[in-house]
Amino acid sequence: MGASTLPVAITARLAEQVRSAAASRRALAIEAGGTKSFYGNPTAGERLDPRECAGIVAYEPSELVVTARAGTRLAELESALAECGQMLAFEPPHFGSGATVGGCIAAGLAGPRRAATGVASGGVRDSLLGVTLLDGRGTILAFGGTVMKNVAGYDVSRLIAGSLGTLGVVLEASLRLVPRPAAESTLSLELDEQAALRQCTAWMASPWPVSATAWAGGRLTVRLSGARSAVGAAQREFGGEVMTAEAAAGFWSAIREQTAPYFDRDGTLWRVSLPANSSPLALAGPQLIEWGGALRWLYALEDAVAVRRRAAELGGHATLFRGERGDVGAFTPRPAAVAVLEARLRAEFDPAGIFNPGRMYADQSH
Amino acid sequence: MRTPLEGTGSIDHELRARTKAALARVLPSGSILGTDEETLPYECDALTLYRQPPMLVVLPATESEVAAVLRVCSSLGVPVVPRGAGTGLSGGSLPHAGGVLLSLAKLNRILAIDSLARTARLQPGVRNAAISEAAARHGLFYAPDPSSQVACTIGGNVAENSGGIHCLKYGLTIHNVLAVRGFTMSGEAIEAGSAALDTPGLDLLSLVIGSEGTLVVVTEVLVRLLPRPALARCLMASFDRVETAAEAVAAIIAAGIVPAALEMMDQAATRMVEPFVGAGYDLDAAAILLCEADGSEAEVTEEVERIEAVLRAAGAGRIQVAASEAERLRFWAGRKNAFPAAGRVSPDYYCMDGTIPRRQLARVLHAIRGMESTYGLRCPNVFHAGDGNLHPLILFDANDPDSVRRADEFGIAILELCIEVGGTVTGEHGVGIEKINQLCSQFDAPSREAFLAVRRAFDPDGRLNPGKAIPTLQRCAEYGRAHVHGGRLPFPDLPRY
Repeated sequence: MGASTLPVAITARLAEQVRSAAASRRALAIEAGGTKSFYGNPTAGERLDPRECAGIVAYEPSELVVTARAGTRLAELESALAECGQMLAFEPPHFGSGATVGGCIAAGLAGPRRAATGVASGGVRDSLLGVTLLDGRGTILAFGGTVMKNVAGYDVSRLIAGSLGTLGVVLEASLRLVPRPAAESTLSLELDEQAALRQCTAWMASPWPVSATAWAGGRLTVRLSGARSAVGAAQREFGGEVMTAEAAAGFWSAIREQTAPYFDRDGTLWRVSLPANSSPLALAGPQLIEWGGALRWLYALEDAVAVRRRAAELGGHATLFRGERGDVGAFTPRPAAVAVLEARLRAEFDPAGIFNPGRMYADQSH
Repeated sequence: MRTPLEGTGSIDHELRARTKAALARVLPSGSILGTDEETLPYECDALTLYRQPPMLVVLPATESEVAAVLRVCSSLGVPVVPRGAGTGLSGGSLPHAGGVLLSLAKLNRILAIDSLARTARLQPGVRNAAISEAAARHGLFYAPDPSSQVACTIGGNVAENSGGIHCLKYGLTIHNVLAVRGFTMSGEAIEAGSAALDTPGLDLLSLVIGSEGTLVVVTEVLVRLLPRPALARCLMASFDRVETAAEAVAAIIAAGIVPAALEMMDQAATRMVEPFVGAGYDLDAAAILLCEADGSEAEVTEEVERIEAVLRAAGAGRIQVAASEAERLRFWAGRKNAFPAAGRVSPDYYCMDGTIPRRQLARVLHAIRGMESTYGLRCPNVFHAGDGNLHPLILFDANDPDSVRRADEFGIAILELCIEVGGTVTGEHGVGIEKINQLCSQFDAPSREAFLAVRRAFDPDGRLNPGKAIPTLQRCAEYGRAHVHGGRLPFPDLPRY
């Protein structure tokens, strides 16, 4: 992976757009498929669309690595991997057919498999091996590489995951892959919130092959993924009703893509991220709980202050994910010392402060 | 040819006295070592090729003492070099002649283990192996297991993003640390990451892990613990050609199996360790693979059968499955003792750490064979085959300057080859001082400038572990001049990144 594999004319055009915007300090709104434009704070600016920079550059299944350009559609990438019995470990949400690899990395959102106990788990950054980035000077930078173990230089690639385009435009990325599990089974049990949280904690403290959990409306659904014997043994131990493979695929896709009935509501949807084994949120509003309790979706009836206070009490944070936001920022403010460091980093990567201003924090630029 | 290193030279005794007096105001007596006899034991880490006694050594016992040391040094403009157990293999904690060596050895407490949240809160001086020992009674373990795990500390693991034999399945330090707390050079407290699975804002944890003590001095680490698998079973397979062994590794991965560990040793390596350990290795094989499956009894049986079938189809000769836990540990003892065994058969050894795409393995091993005769030195190979991380062990004699020179050049040739085939100069040991020049080859100037920019954001005056991990532009310019032959860079057809 290197600058040399990029389509020269396309990257030159993108670089020129960046340089010209930087020269006149004109804001750029980086957007490809626009499937996650709801995420973060609204940002205004001239659109920079990296979709022309597309295509799978290298995929060697026995290396467990794929290199793809940012504009590659996520669906196209995932089907190429599936053909070889492989997948992205972090099961990213698409939120629409236009979702791209670059947007997936910039948003940094992981799906149901995030808290899995097995080899296929982790967030976007955990799978990211290398990134080629167009910085705020219009310079192409390449970090990391295509190998699993690489400690040369700072791990800037992983820093890009979830940075919402505020450090630069992702042009190309190399991602670690995992084999699709040999067996998979989904079952569900009637349990109240407290009992479901306890049950998840107990399962995840033992080597059971739990790859996803979802609790809503008094029912806990759990997905098992792994060796045939391990999935079978867990299924016998856990009990509950077993879903057909087709129903299970539909169920988890609806959780991942937020098309499940739970998400068919008006109001403000909060994404509350908590340490494992945290107590019930005890906030008013309907909830859906994923990641064994570490991720709680909440259509809060209380205000942002109450939600953020409770999340902080439990050692976590709350993101205003969808819906009415008023003047509330999308992300929990971070400590002053960290904010200063972040501003200094941004000033280095994007000296003119042109990339997605305010998307992450109102004070993100200096 | 090596350009002189920053921070080497003689001690300025006036500066030593002044710094010592300032530090004595913030540290209890006995926490400062300031005579040549006291500081000499700290003159190197496990990369003994480089030595430099520090001006002073400080041993703070609390987080606030660490912060105080940093503030004092910051105000005096004195560089600080953090140090854990000193087991690093790239000279990352090589002292600075005009600086303070900050030992974290006294911050060695396990602060809490939360068995339900599956986390351990640790001070940086806790030994790696001690974490799993303490977690064992909860049925949990800490996954990264560098071969120095009985001695190396979690603080050092965070600094180096350490891996180990089981990281193919369980990940590196970055995948197993949830949060760190520490201080920047100016003494400002910083937290990165959190007990939750994500953190608002930029992911500073990704920068801090593997930053080799150049961004933050880490004073507390929150790690995730994993449920201990009920059983592990190891297979040993013999191959009559290194190429066949390499193809077998690719075949295992392509079959959708991610073993808990997948290691290769060449014949020179098995013959070196066997008399030392008695592991029962096939000494006639050109290479052996060690492959471990873990999980429940049924899971392990299933995976071992699949692995055996793939290995047979890939052309393995003898395949042995460890019949007992004792035999499994014996299989691994050979691999884990490869470095000490090298120390037994040779006065000195130089351990390399490149990572390459797996498909390049046979080519690279073949090239290393050729280099053995070019440089007149032997080089057995042990290899984290599953993730492409090579550890060639160059055997040399440190008392013979010509042997040292050849070992150094041999090492550089291996690292440049790793870059040429699309890999990296360091998979898990870090850049430190050792591979500082090779970073000039691996990354182009704008990317290196971005690394320097990251460093500036944390440490504007460049006082924390200066001269390590990231080369200055000037250093690379000098290195480039030294290595341009006839107006051409080495490997001119390479994309530089």
